[in-house]
Amino acid sequence: MRRVAVVGVGQSKFGELWDKGFRDIVLEAGREALEDADLEGKEIEAIFVGNMSGGRYLGQEHIAALIADYAGLAEFGIPATRVEAADASGGLAVRQAYMAVASGMHDIVIAAGAEKVTDVGDPMEILSASVDIEWERFVGGNLPALYAIIARLHMETFGTTEEDLALVSVKNHRNGALNPKAQFRREIRVEDILNSPYVAEPLKLLDCASVSDGAAAVILASEDVAKKITDTPVFIEACTQSSDYLALQSRKDILSMKSVVKAARDAYRLADVGPEDIQVAEVHDSFTIAEILAYEDLGFAEKGKGVELIREGVTEIGGKIPVNPSGGLKACGHAVGATGVRQIVELTLQLRGEAGNRQVDAEKGLALNIGGTGATAVVSVLGR
Amino acid sequence: MVPRSWRKIRYRYDVRGSYCENCGNYHYPPRNFCPTCRRKGKLVETLFPEEGRVVSYTVVREKEPYIIALIELDNGARVLSQLSCEPGEVKIGMRVKKAFRRYGEDGEDGIIHYGTKFVPVD
Repeated sequence: MRRVAVVGVGQSKFGELWDKGFRDIVLEAGREALEDADLEGKEIEAIFVGNMSGGRYLGQEHIAALIADYAGLAEFGIPATRVEAADASGGLAVRQAYMAVASGMHDIVIAAGAEKVTDVGDPMEILSASVDIEWERFVGGNLPALYAIIARLHMETFGTTEEDLALVSVKNHRNGALNPKAQFRREIRVEDILNSPYVAEPLKLLDCASVSDGAAAVILASEDVAKKITDTPVFIEACTQSSDYLALQSRKDILSMKSVVKAARDAYRLADVGPEDIQVAEVHDSFTIAEILAYEDLGFAEKGKGVELIREGVTEIGGKIPVNPSGGLKACGHAVGATGVRQIVELTLQLRGEAGNRQVDAEKGLALNIGGTGATAVVSVLGR
Repeated sequence: MVPRSWRKIRYRYDVRGSYCENCGNYHYPPRNFCPTCRRKGKLVETLFPEEGRVVSYTVVREKEPYIIALIELDNGARVLSQLSCEPGEVKIGMRVKKAFRRYGEDGEDGIIHYGTKFVPVD
């Protein structure tokens, strides 16, 4: 296995991009990544793209070939592969690209993630196809409802409150206000969240990330090649993936995501670090409760003590472990297949020291991308 | 929207799952393969107890609100189901029992979906 570095990053703005098409936003992210790496498109050897549901969001399948075509790389016959694991598709695209370079098969590859959700259909309903359609969705269990069931039990078991959950949203909106690529750039107060309507009790509208349009891209290269291309390579020290039972009813314990615990444990071992060494993290806050679970399952806090981190400001920018300095899914918008790639873009900017007024002081960062209610988890550890 | 095959699945109308005669675990919905014992597993289909307790729940606030609960049956298997009762009545730990209820329909003239819901044990 060879070491692999991120040598270029790019991202479209996330949000409701009515005046742009799917190919526009993918090309925008890809072009920005190429310019950042100072590479020509024809130097890219392979494309991996994370996309959950081109078929239902756009009616378009065969997304990877479409992207290769509009990137002008069909001319060179570039191999282009779409990968899907619901909203962990982006993280998985990064992992496939990572493996392609680490294995020695390719020297320079691009991992992109993209979703255009506002054109056709109900965005949250399509995202809810990530749960067990026959045994969860049939009885009314969409994604917010299942996270709400987890949140309710967390509150009952550990004394977590709706105010605690609101603090996650407040923090992420505060950070998002500093991120020019974020969809929501306005700070909100605890009362705003508590006064927003229930979606699925105890989760309210402002506990939920919006399902949004967006694209992100990262260019990965082998260590030798990376050192020729850039003075600021950011290394992927581990990129792991794990699975769990698809439906909540099949899991013995819904207060912990087994996939996250396992992927994190593997990532820490491969990167030779522990949770205490992580200085910045981008985690999957599709719902506020998910960020609290992430603190616990990643080992930043003991099980049941995750809320203490948010109550005490430990995960704020300027705290001991800033979490979601980008604004997370909550403020950036959750562009489904793009989210896992966007997280790597953010960590790369943070570790290079190019994150502007949301910059944190960090040499090691971690990204956690989750599919559905945790049947897929992808964890990456990056270091400079 | 689920595959049309649901109409013919008996498991929709009873609480029916699988029991592994090798490890003694119950699975809902039924499985083809015991995840614990793998090829040594011996799965048989069986009717499950009709009563259990609420592990957790939510009230989904759509136009017509409904309650979904994760229920642990008396054999230890867990089932996700709707609860037929008032939202204010539900509590974690509450005893519930199986009932046959309507779930919805495919449009105004479409096929009606029936299935299992749970109701409080009085």
